[in-house]
Amino acid sequence: MAEPALTNVSEALTRPGSWQGVASDWASDQRAFKNVSWGKVMMWIFLLSDTFIFSCFLLSYMTVRMSTTAPWPNPSEVFALEIGGAKVPLILIAIMTFILISSSGTMAMAVNFGYRRDRVKTAALMLLTAAFGASFVGMQAFEWTKLIHEGVRPWGNPWGAYQFGSAFFMITGFHGTHVTIGVIFLVIMARKVWRGDLETERRGFFTSKKGSYELVEITGLYWHFVDLVWVFIFALFYLW
Amino acid sequence: MGEVIFGSGGVVPAAELPDVELYHAKTWITKYVFSQDAKVIAVQYSITAMAIGVVALVLSWLMRLQLGFPGTFSFISAEGYYQFITMHGMIMVIYLLTALFLGGFGNYLIPLMVGARDMVFPYANMLSYWLYLLAVLVLVASIFAPGGPTGAGWTLYPPQAILGGTPGAEAGIILMLLSLILFIIGFTMGGLNYVVTVLQGRTRGMTLMRMPLTVWGIFTATVMALLAFPALFVAAVMMLFDRTLGTSFFMPSLVSMGEHLKYGGGSPILWQHLFWFFGHPEVYIVALPAFGIVSDLISVHARKAIFGYRMMVWAIVIIGALSFVVWAHHMYVSGMNLNFGFFFAVTTLIIAVPTAIKVYNWVLTLWHADIHLTVPMLFALGFVVTFVNGGLTGLFLGNVVVDLPLSATMFVVAHFHMVMGVAPILVVFGGIYHWYPKVTGRMMDDRLGKLHFWVTFLGAYAIFFPMHYLGLIGVPRRYYELGETAFIPKSAETLNVFITLAALIVGAAQMVFLFNLVRSLFNGRLAGGNPWNATSLEWQTPETPPAHGNWGKELPVVYRWAYDYSVPGAERDFIPQNQPPAGVAAQATITAVSAAH
Repeated sequence: MAEPALTNVSEALTRPGSWQGVASDWASDQRAFKNVSWGKVMMWIFLLSDTFIFSCFLLSYMTVRMSTTAPWPNPSEVFALEIGGAKVPLILIAIMTFILISSSGTMAMAVNFGYRRDRVKTAALMLLTAAFGASFVGMQAFEWTKLIHEGVRPWGNPWGAYQFGSAFFMITGFHGTHVTIGVIFLVIMARKVWRGDLETERRGFFTSKKGSYELVEITGLYWHFVDLVWVFIFALFYLW
Repeated sequence: MGEVIFGSGGVVPAAELPDVELYHAKTWITKYVFSQDAKVIAVQYSITAMAIGVVALVLSWLMRLQLGFPGTFSFISAEGYYQFITMHGMIMVIYLLTALFLGGFGNYLIPLMVGARDMVFPYANMLSYWLYLLAVLVLVASIFAPGGPTGAGWTLYPPQAILGGTPGAEAGIILMLLSLILFIIGFTMGGLNYVVTVLQGRTRGMTLMRMPLTVWGIFTATVMALLAFPALFVAAVMMLFDRTLGTSFFMPSLVSMGEHLKYGGGSPILWQHLFWFFGHPEVYIVALPAFGIVSDLISVHARKAIFGYRMMVWAIVIIGALSFVVWAHHMYVSGMNLNFGFFFAVTTLIIAVPTAIKVYNWVLTLWHADIHLTVPMLFALGFVVTFVNGGLTGLFLGNVVVDLPLSATMFVVAHFHMVMGVAPILVVFGGIYHWYPKVTGRMMDDRLGKLHFWVTFLGAYAIFFPMHYLGLIGVPRRYYELGETAFIPKSAETLNVFITLAALIVGAAQMVFLFNLVRSLFNGRLAGGNPWNATSLEWQTPETPPAHGNWGKELPVVYRWAYDYSVPGAERDFIPQNQPPAGVAAQATITAVSAAH
């Protein structure tokens, strides 16, 4: 993975520079995406597939929101917190979103320091990212608890359409699971970075693949994806 | 394409890809049971798929017994009949055909055909199989669950799928949905492997446009599966919640058995959209590998380059893309806006264009070819004929006005069994007869193979041709028995008996196949490395069956496409893909030279 393989350069240079050249470059031997490792391609394709899963979830949510005849609860009121006697709409979710987006920033910095071989900073930033992620999940658990105490259930709620609770728990739950998995992977990767596994190309426990700093970037791809998905969930569930 | 010489200078060193990190198994268990070798995984997939396929075969027998001789067999109840239908459909489409084509053929052929040592992520590949096995076991468990397996029909339409009164609504439907979820997770692990191996794991000289069409078919089908299965995954999760938690994603407000249920506000049509957004691409997930394999079978056994290779590749890709925008043609009877109906009818009919291109190209490949009527070739030819027959009725059903009266009849059963049942299964058989010598080192018995082919091929027509007619006179599908009706003539019963007898015979012929499969393992004629004189890379391995890592010390170098058959002036009537063109020194010498530098 460390060695980029631009295959058969002499032949590549003989190909024409037209659109046909673009096609034949892309279709040329060994690799469609030159200099891109197997692991990174796999993560991108997995994320494409996962995009379809989240799209289906969100489209289904929109469909049932239209098909139900009962009124849809007002998100500004439902997701409000009482702070000092005043109801502040969407305050918790605003903090959660801010934290998750910030964690993308720390993740990007971790990737950067990873490629500079700064083990300490990389591991520290990954752990910080994981901490942000964990606090996001923690606040989500708090939000769930609050809603459950107010009587929201997957099969019903005090304010109207049954689908409000079902879609809310299902979609935020599925996203929260993604964040949790991401946190676990971040911690595992941070440990690898810390121990220097990626420098010594120590083989993975299960997969027996050689470690490399690209693993940090691949973990980052997943993490940014999870953050990006949240933006859509936030917009479509809390702001609509 | 065939004439393009790889590398302008002619010096092409063989290569080890930098990130080939093979897992070397040390014990018997890691070699053959928890194996990370794609070839072993392929065999595991195939055996599991065929085993569960036998269950589906027996179920189809039971259904036919009931339809042919209603009331004769007391052990087939109406509930049982619906359970048989459901399990038969689900098993055949997902657990047999998808798993066998992608997990079986895909795992075996992709690394060998593109010149790789293994799939790119062998560990995930191994997990893929074990999750698939778990999915199959959960499916089988549903047969023994209280209330039996689900009888909701293979489309599992809500609300009836999860309501009391539908067979298997107690536990069967839950296990069915869990099994689907497991299958999809497992498939994703394998599917990512197949796609990345084709994109990034090819050997030197193996450009995309030199890949055998088998790889193109399996590759495109896998990409489609990775984008289509998410819809089924989401649908299954939501239905599972509807059933277990009492959510109302798919459930409108309704009264069942005199009781007002607690559901309300959901959309049953939403399930249909999600299911068919998966379901229609699924047809082509099964068909595209079949297209690819059949192209290679025809080319090899007719000793001729496939006609219009480039067109064939583009047709596969275009069919794959179009199949994502036709799903609602399964929902004409659910009712939809006229303009939507128009849109989906048009897209459906447009698919006929690339498909017809493929059929013409198969036929033109056969034109003036040196056709060898070997068993794989017979199955390939059988596929082409059957696919045309099934495809033509597809043109009928793609039109809204024709579909509406025919949709609930046996005509539809006949159509989809021809086009995505019989046709791909014929290719499965052809493929197994073709590659069995590579997998085991021995040939399958020819006479038993021909017997198997003729009974299966003619028998399938005896089963499904009359069914078109039954559908046209209005015999409904999904009915446990016809009873007394004013519009169905008595002669329909005679035809039903005939179809049942044919089905029993065809089923028995599959036992001949299984017998042949096992017997040839021990008694088959030794095959040698390349019994069919084929060009593609899997036949050029140093050992047969290929050893762990597929190739010897060095990966093969590819100099040409996979279809150099009967090239004028060539020594033999085929030129392997890794044979250097005249004037280019053999691979070994070059490596020696470059090593010296």
